[in-house]
Amino acid sequence: MKKKFTKFSWPVLTAALLLSACGGDGQSADGEASGSQESVELLNVSYDPTRELYDEFNEAFAAHWKEENGQDVTIQQSHGGSGKQGRSVIDGLGADVVTLALAGDIDQISKAGLLAEDWQTRLDDNSTPYTSTIVLLVRKGNPKDIQDWDDLAKEDVSIITPNPKTSGGARWNYLAAWAYADQKFGGDEEKIKSFVGDIFRNVEVLDSGARGATTTFVERGIGDVLIAWENEAFLSINELGDDKFEIVAPSISILAEPPVAVVDRVAERNGTTEVAEGYLEYLYSDEGQEIAAKHYYRPRNEEILAEYADQFPEINLVTIDEDFGGWSEAQAKHFDDGGTFDEIYVPQ
Amino acid sequence: MKKLKLKKHSILPGFGLSLGFTTFYISLLILLPLSMIFINTASMSWQDFWTTVTEPRVMASYRLSFGASFAAASINVVFGVLIAWVLVRYSFPGKRLIDGLVDLPFALPTAVAGIALTTLYAETGWVGQFLPFRVAFTPLGITIALTFIGLPFVVRMVQPVLQSFEKETEEVSAILGATRLQTFRKVILPEIFPAALTGFALAFARALGEYGSVVFIAGNMPMRTEITPLLILTKLEQYDYAGATAIAAVMLVISFVLLLLINGLQWWTNKRIAH
Amino acid sequence: MAGQIPLQLGAKKTKSQSVTEPPWVRRVLISAALLFLALFLVLPLTAIFIKAFEQGIDVYTASITHPDALSAIKLTLLVVVLTVPLNALFGVAAAWAITKFDFRGKSILVTLIDLPFAISPIIAGLVFVLLFGSTGLFGDFLFEHNIQIIFAVPGIVLATLFVTFPFVARELIPLMQAQGSAEEEASLTLGANGWKTFMRVTLPNIKWGLLYGIILCNARAIGEFGAVSVVSGHIRGLTNTMPLHIEILYNEYQFSAAFAVASLMSILAIVTLILKNIIEWKAAQREQQEDVV
Repeated sequence: MKKKFTKFSWPVLTAALLLSACGGDGQSADGEASGSQESVELLNVSYDPTRELYDEFNEAFAAHWKEENGQDVTIQQSHGGSGKQGRSVIDGLGADVVTLALAGDIDQISKAGLLAEDWQTRLDDNSTPYTSTIVLLVRKGNPKDIQDWDDLAKEDVSIITPNPKTSGGARWNYLAAWAYADQKFGGDEEKIKSFVGDIFRNVEVLDSGARGATTTFVERGIGDVLIAWENEAFLSINELGDDKFEIVAPSISILAEPPVAVVDRVAERNGTTEVAEGYLEYLYSDEGQEIAAKHYYRPRNEEILAEYADQFPEINLVTIDEDFGGWSEAQAKHFDDGGTFDEIYVPQ
Repeated sequence: MKKLKLKKHSILPGFGLSLGFTTFYISLLILLPLSMIFINTASMSWQDFWTTVTEPRVMASYRLSFGASFAAASINVVFGVLIAWVLVRYSFPGKRLIDGLVDLPFALPTAVAGIALTTLYAETGWVGQFLPFRVAFTPLGITIALTFIGLPFVVRMVQPVLQSFEKETEEVSAILGATRLQTFRKVILPEIFPAALTGFALAFARALGEYGSVVFIAGNMPMRTEITPLLILTKLEQYDYAGATAIAAVMLVISFVLLLLINGLQWWTNKRIAH
Repeated sequence: MAGQIPLQLGAKKTKSQSVTEPPWVRRVLISAALLFLALFLVLPLTAIFIKAFEQGIDVYTASITHPDALSAIKLTLLVVVLTVPLNALFGVAAAWAITKFDFRGKSILVTLIDLPFAISPIIAGLVFVLLFGSTGLFGDFLFEHNIQIIFAVPGIVLATLFVTFPFVARELIPLMQAQGSAEEEASLTLGANGWKTFMRVTLPNIKWGLLYGIILCNARAIGEFGAVSVVSGHIRGLTNTMPLHIEILYNEYQFSAAFAVASLMSILAIVTLILKNIIEWKAAQREQQEDVV
């Protein structure tokens, strides 16, 4: 008996030792960041296509904050698929602010107790300082003559889109197609499902994130059409030349609202609540809106939007709240295990 | 004082220290973390567990992971034996260099291998554009990546066996009138079989868990090109912790069984070399 | 001994004409083997370097001297410096306990040491998330005390320790088993103490095997991707190791930059192979000397 006890006490003892060993490490590293008043560090955990946007915005905000408060602020960035990023924040990635692809992912973080349930009412416009939409990116000359969602359901078209299970952008893609079918078939759910099913059966590569899907389409040359964020589509054209791709605006799409929020519990612990709030509010400032528009996000500010009106095609946009009953409903109906996406995609 | 019975008497010192440190380190780094998988899975009911690990998408990923790993390990057995044979029995210019290069997949980071292979085998890639069928983003692409990472195993298992092989046996066989092919099949092949099988099992086990080199070339489509390790991550990204740990538990048990099998095989191989 | 190949020792060569193949068979076999290796090893390696320099030397140097690249290199070195010595120390201790003494549960211990070879790196990362994540066993405690383990350097080190754990032990166990304990026993009988015996007798005997294990451990620690990717958090300039940095560049359309960093890692891999061959050669030499004596 005695021997058995010693055997099992090993893990417990070692765990205790490990904790005390690591404890020293962690605290010394973090103490510097939160202790000093002269400089402060923020971690913004974001989704894939915002890399370029926040590269520029972070610089602008740092300059603004220094001017206003005399404090140096360094902003760290982390990018990945929206779901993956949300998961990391829940697991303890110390994000002061999150800027994710959809409200559903921030809802999950709030469910884990890291921020208040009503987070989306704290900032204007559903806490989304900029919006985007879903467009179709095709190869130059549009060889398959793709004009609208109907053309995606045709048999000989090969489509690239990320996986709605893991990518926030892909969920917007899915809902945009659904919204189109909803109008086309007057709400007949069986027909909608078979239409969206036809589209997803044409999917050639289903990457786990929006950026991976873009790479597959743009760099690997696979597929006739990429269903993508508007800003991502513009970025591909800018990075790789407008002699290669064209943007096709479908007749109906969805108003994609990528929200932002301060992660209360982390910001409070790090003592960064004030600067984190300032950071998000600055996204609504003229300069913030200007930077968003420059990176092909549609700014909320009407004047700035008007200035950039040329670059955004006019599309009839449905919204998640009016047409899908908000994120939690849409998530449960379409994307949870056993939802419509599984019905369509997984052969039973 | 009972402790003395734990080991046979030896005049060498350091038993307590070395075994203590070893046990401590293993408990801390291997046992405690791994036990988390089973603790988390234990909170599921058997019914839930079974449904989770047998749902169609998960089953498809097992089929793909096992199928591609098996195919890759089989390719490696054929070419591994061939390469070992060529390296031991023949001489040709650059042989030393080639011999050293065989271990490259052990030394090259898997992510680097992944992007290099994807670049080669994508439709626009150097090799891909000459092939009439698609390689990247299909199970074939996954098999190629897994073949790459498992390449050294069979070669390095078979090589020493061939080196220590007594040529007299072959001579006797030849004198007794066997053709070269007969000698190979009846005399040499049985001799290298355990080593080749061990190499196969090692390559298979490695391929089953591989992630870095595969994600770039796989395309990651549910039901079609989604390997099991990736599915674990996907489940996590869907906030499905129970699902992720349940699949991880299945993989863990399979790894353990494979490991026992490999240890058995290796014991068999060593016995062959020794005798 | 899953996943690892023992040190290769030079074999004695015998030649006999009656037991070889006709020249054309030999040529066909050699060509087939070389073609396979060219397709699977040489071509990918060449592709990395060509892609890296595709946009010229300036883009190349800019890519590998970018602050994010430098911090990834630094982090990777830090991880190596922390994990390799720890695992080397463990390897020596484990090999000593296992080869010099008989005790109950030895075969279980040996199997446990092999375990990380057979486990998917994704699972290796996952277990640390379950252990130290906010929802994990120690989650609340860690959050309250503001201790960051996963998504920070300690997590990356732990995951790397896990996957590189067997390399040194696995190299030393067969070597020390073959050597037996006679020399150590003699030294002790002659009055040397345990430590002196280890330093003067054991260590010189296992020198090359130890070095070989360290090199393998080192290569894997530098290149680990799956396990580290799960626990990293991907904060640029902070928790990205070199392989993760390559993935990020690759996803940002900076293909040349991705391959530039990849080429650095390939050079490290080639250096590893060269060192490995030198060690094999030295070890074989030593073997031969002993044969003469």
